[in-house]
Amino acid sequence: MTNQSNVEYQDCKGNQIHEDELYDRLSIIVKSQRTVPGALIPVLQTAQNLFGYLPEKALRLISRELKLPYSEVAGVVGFYSYFSTIPKGKHTIRVCLGTACYVRGGQDVLKAMSKELEISVGGTTQDRKFSLEVGRCFGACGLAPVVMVDDETFQRVSPSKINDILNSFE
Amino acid sequence: MTTVYINKHLVEVEPGCTIYEAAAKAGIKIPTLCHVENQHPKGACRVCMVDVEGAKAMVASCTTPVSEGMKITTNSKNVREARKFVVELLLSEHCGECKTCVRNNDCELQSLALELGVMDITYEGERLKRFIDDSTPALVRDSGKCIKCRRCMTVCNEMQGVGSLFAQGRGFESKVGPAFDQHLDGVTCVQCGQCAAVCPVGAITEKEHIDFVWDAIEDPTKFVVVQTAPAIRAALGECFGYEPGTLVTGKMVSALRLLGFDRVFDTNFTADLTIMEEGTELLLRLKKALVDKQQVSLPQFTSCSPGWIKYAEYFYPEILDNISSCKSPQQMFGAVAKTYYAKKAGVNPKDVVVVSVMPCTAKKFEAQRPEMNDSGFQDVDYVLTTRELARMIKQTGIDFKALTDDVMDSPMGSGSGAADIFANTGGVMEAAIRTAYEIVTGRELPLDNLHLQPVIGLEGVKKASLKIEGCMPEWNFLEGVELKVGVAHGLGNARKIIEAMRGGEEFHFIEIMTCPGGCIGGGGQPRFTTNEIRQKRIQAIYKEDEGKQLRKSHTNPEVQQIYEEFLEKPYSHIAHELLHTKYNSRFS
Repeated sequence: MTNQSNVEYQDCKGNQIHEDELYDRLSIIVKSQRTVPGALIPVLQTAQNLFGYLPEKALRLISRELKLPYSEVAGVVGFYSYFSTIPKGKHTIRVCLGTACYVRGGQDVLKAMSKELEISVGGTTQDRKFSLEVGRCFGACGLAPVVMVDDETFQRVSPSKINDILNSFE
Repeated sequence: MTTVYINKHLVEVEPGCTIYEAAAKAGIKIPTLCHVENQHPKGACRVCMVDVEGAKAMVASCTTPVSEGMKITTNSKNVREARKFVVELLLSEHCGECKTCVRNNDCELQSLALELGVMDITYEGERLKRFIDDSTPALVRDSGKCIKCRRCMTVCNEMQGVGSLFAQGRGFESKVGPAFDQHLDGVTCVQCGQCAAVCPVGAITEKEHIDFVWDAIEDPTKFVVVQTAPAIRAALGECFGYEPGTLVTGKMVSALRLLGFDRVFDTNFTADLTIMEEGTELLLRLKKALVDKQQVSLPQFTSCSPGWIKYAEYFYPEILDNISSCKSPQQMFGAVAKTYYAKKAGVNPKDVVVVSVMPCTAKKFEAQRPEMNDSGFQDVDYVLTTRELARMIKQTGIDFKALTDDVMDSPMGSGSGAADIFANTGGVMEAAIRTAYEIVTGRELPLDNLHLQPVIGLEGVKKASLKIEGCMPEWNFLEGVELKVGVAHGLGNARKIIEAMRGGEEFHFIEIMTCPGGCIGGGGQPRFTTNEIRQKRIQAIYKEDEGKQLRKSHTNPEVQQIYEEFLEKPYSHIAHELLHTKYNSRFS
């Protein structure tokens, strides 16, 4: 379980929010759900929306306030792939492994990307700049292999092009 | 009533019961690896599958309720093949090191595989990385052997309300354990071992002390004494083919001598000592509250059950002051064995090794608590469960059934009937009242056969009240007081009684035992403990009590002797140093 402390949060308008403020908000929401049966999953969703992931401190708070064993909270988090305990990076890289990209070397691109960033699929770099995910066809098979970084698409990517792509992001 | 047909036989059953329960009523055994008596069925192992006419596929009998006219087949080639297939799949992920597994010959998966005729490992599948957690002093978890039946999770959550174990992850990668692969020592585990008691395989077991004990026995410089808890004598026989509830006290003593212990003593001796100290403590608390009008923590809670202590440290730290400062009988024994007895026997206390045989895994944890070194050494060195003692006896080839009866050594080998009943839920309470009532009134407890009937039996939370009349002059302040006591066994029930107390219900004294049924149902007892077996062990213990001349702790001559020669009087300075302690919050 990662426990990142120097995390910066922004609200929907891009203003910076202090972490404590988010915990205050979470606390109010959890307390209002104390007596609601089956509140755990909606509360976890809310927490993930607030933080972008589920930090240990938030899970501890939820466990304490909902009077549920921490092991149970963790069990639910681990069961649903929707929930993540790993913080997301500033940019999300998705390497397509759909059929066309796969046969045209998507796997090599993914390997190289993973090596370059020193993370595996689902991971986030130490500086929280990039997260790495696998895509399952972006509908641009003619341009395979394709890599998407946030909303930007890169076509006919080869392992040698990866550095240029990464360097174009701050 | 609902009418169903099981294997073409008409059976009338309670409406809403499951097929599994209906079959049991009809005397038909359906195999299961995940069911836990009296707990909500999980349907996790899929071994209990049966055919139901008209159903699309076979159903798990433990989770399927009966319906009127249902036609069920529990035994056909189809059903047997399906069960066999399920077991083969379980085996494909199971580290089947049967030859070297502590559960060899005592494993439900192993027996079921044999029963169903699995003669080959059919599927050599991929396996998860094995993970062994031996972080705690009491329990070892081996993920490689876990078949994810979730029995441990059921008892940890639903019965004990501890919640250390839960299903983690999903699909092939799912496992049962604490959150995020934490070790047991990093979570709120109280080490009660109920998980180990229900595990069908070798995935959770006690941390063995057998080899340490053999080494101590073999070492000529060591003076090795053994104490046995009262619950052992009513259960050890089960490991040697005796019916549950057979008392084997005398044979157990003989076996312990043959194993090579230098002295065979009884934890009952210190159970009696506990009553002297704990009863005095209760009376003093009442005096402070009623006469001196001081702020004092009441009700007083018992402190014999180490799982309960750890549970309170985690979940109810605010009531730690209510818990009796008395150490448990196991720990009192260690403390006096390495002081009083060592001196008496002329042995250097550093050479004394104290081994205890306990029905309990949490006692292994308790023995190594930093608070338990008041003799100047670790008071209790090694703790064997009932199961471990049985293994040691088997290792030596002793024919247990052929043994003659022997008696414990003296002093510290004598215990009253009141000490015997420490093994049962309600027993510590009854033992305390037998003595306290007599101290206060000068008369014997005026109850039939000295039994405090309302606190006996398997009801989860039990209550009783006793009017105190005809007090001796020094206890006059208790005249007419209605002494209110409560008893809970199983930590889920402990929570209930604490919540009742917080809700304003008045108690003076509350007994908590961690395990259902009390120590006779402990996590270290022979498997598999059902309510029927608990009842039988409980009856055996009461029989042991009733068969004794000596039935009240304060009448135990060896207890009187230790006060005369060493401890002076209950609650004396030296008694405080050796027999009492204090606990701290583990709440985080």
